[in-house]
Amino acid sequence: MSNVKSITLPLTKEKLKDLKCGDRVSLSGVIYTARDAAHKNIVTDLVEGNEPPISLENQIVYYAGPTPPKPGKVIGSCGPTTSSRMDSYSPRLIEKGLTGMIGKGPRSKEVIDAMVEHSAVYFAAIGGAAALIADSVKSAEVVAYDDLGPEAIRKLEVEDYPCIVAIDSEGNNLYELGVEQYKVVD
Amino acid sequence: MKQVTTEKITEAVRELCIDAANDLPHEVEGLIQQAAKEEESEFGKYSLEKIEKNIKVARDENVPMCQDTGVAVVFVEVGQDVHIVGGALTDAINEGVRQGYTDGYLRKSVVKDPVFERVNTGDNTPALIHTDIVPGDNVKIQILPKGAGSENMGFLKMLKPADGLEGIKGFVVDSLAKAGGNPCPPVIVGVGIGGTMDKSAFLSKKALSRTAGEPHPDPRYRQLEEELLEEINKLGIGPQGFGGKVTALAVHIEAYPTHIATLPVSVNLNCHAARHKEITLTGEGGTINV
Repeated sequence: MSNVKSITLPLTKEKLKDLKCGDRVSLSGVIYTARDAAHKNIVTDLVEGNEPPISLENQIVYYAGPTPPKPGKVIGSCGPTTSSRMDSYSPRLIEKGLTGMIGKGPRSKEVIDAMVEHSAVYFAAIGGAAALIADSVKSAEVVAYDDLGPEAIRKLEVEDYPCIVAIDSEGNNLYELGVEQYKVVD
Repeated sequence: MKQVTTEKITEAVRELCIDAANDLPHEVEGLIQQAAKEEESEFGKYSLEKIEKNIKVARDENVPMCQDTGVAVVFVEVGQDVHIVGGALTDAINEGVRQGYTDGYLRKSVVKDPVFERVNTGDNTPALIHTDIVPGDNVKIQILPKGAGSENMGFLKMLKPADGLEGIKGFVVDSLAKAGGNPCPPVIVGVGIGGTMDKSAFLSKKALSRTAGEPHPDPRYRQLEEELLEEINKLGIGPQGFGGKVTALAVHIEAYPTHIATLPVSVNLNCHAARHKEITLTGEGGTINV
């Protein structure tokens, strides 16, 4: 397994060129949680010509809706949700400068095409390892759509957030390459 | 007649919700440990290592292992010789869910209406309650917090009787291939066969409430479970979909008599965080089985 690459955010297009499919990465800096309802709202803003509540330029969205924090904690359990539900929205965010997405599971061809065209990376975190992942979140603040509860957009300050480059900016895809290697054909 | 109070039911459901979210059943953990020994893929091994560590952290710190603490699927078996006193059973269960998800700092993931009002109900109610009247004078309550990542990858097909065993196998394996890395593999596969359309779907969920890895009592279905597990693991999807030998930890089948003209089959998947807890209320307290 490759050595872990430490990345300080924001993720500029220059920095992400070095990230290759299968790299283990450790992210430090600001990321934003956004999932189904937040994506719908952001894309509605973009379609109507309004500015979304967060700037997308060189930013990373994390498909996550955490559990409420216990007293004295900054966040509850905070793992990734299934990314494919955001596939219909992601290309528009990528066109607006989004450079990274963190989630779990494969992505559609349309998303990968947009990633290659505009230069963006898809990181996979381990789904269901949410208690472990919470340790790397140092602060959390709701910055938009408070009424959506767990689906609100949260600004997270992370330190050494562990993930894997599942699809890189050239379209190399771990979900295809890995499965191909282990598929047994009788 | 033996009595069980709704107060006791609420208290039990509250505890079960919190325990289920934070403490994975040991038999599921055992299957994951076994998978970690068998897995050869680099990223598969890495994923399973993290998953194993996460189970321990969640248990030790008493926090949810996954942020998707699910909708509360509740299977209740009410003995026909027991009297429930103090109010409606459904209200008592929903109150337990409300208290458990609030007091346990679990995520509330239920929206009020699926189409026209996707507004969070704020307390994870209503629960999905399946009640069965059984002989005896106990009340057995089983809770499965069901995450949507794996739930979304469920499939149902009305096969023809002529499709037979091969048709069933093909449909189940195809379903897993379509689900790919989405449902947080390695998964537990619930298969419901027979009955009507709705019955097969119910059975596929009920199959997930069985102790993980426990085979079907009928040797023919046990063999089918084994064959399906082998075929599914040939798909190469692996832990988290990164490629690998272990895509499923177990296959559980539930079957029911059906019409001469039909063969319904449903597939309901559970992620590796296959959580469930149960309690049997005897009227004088209860015994928790995990």
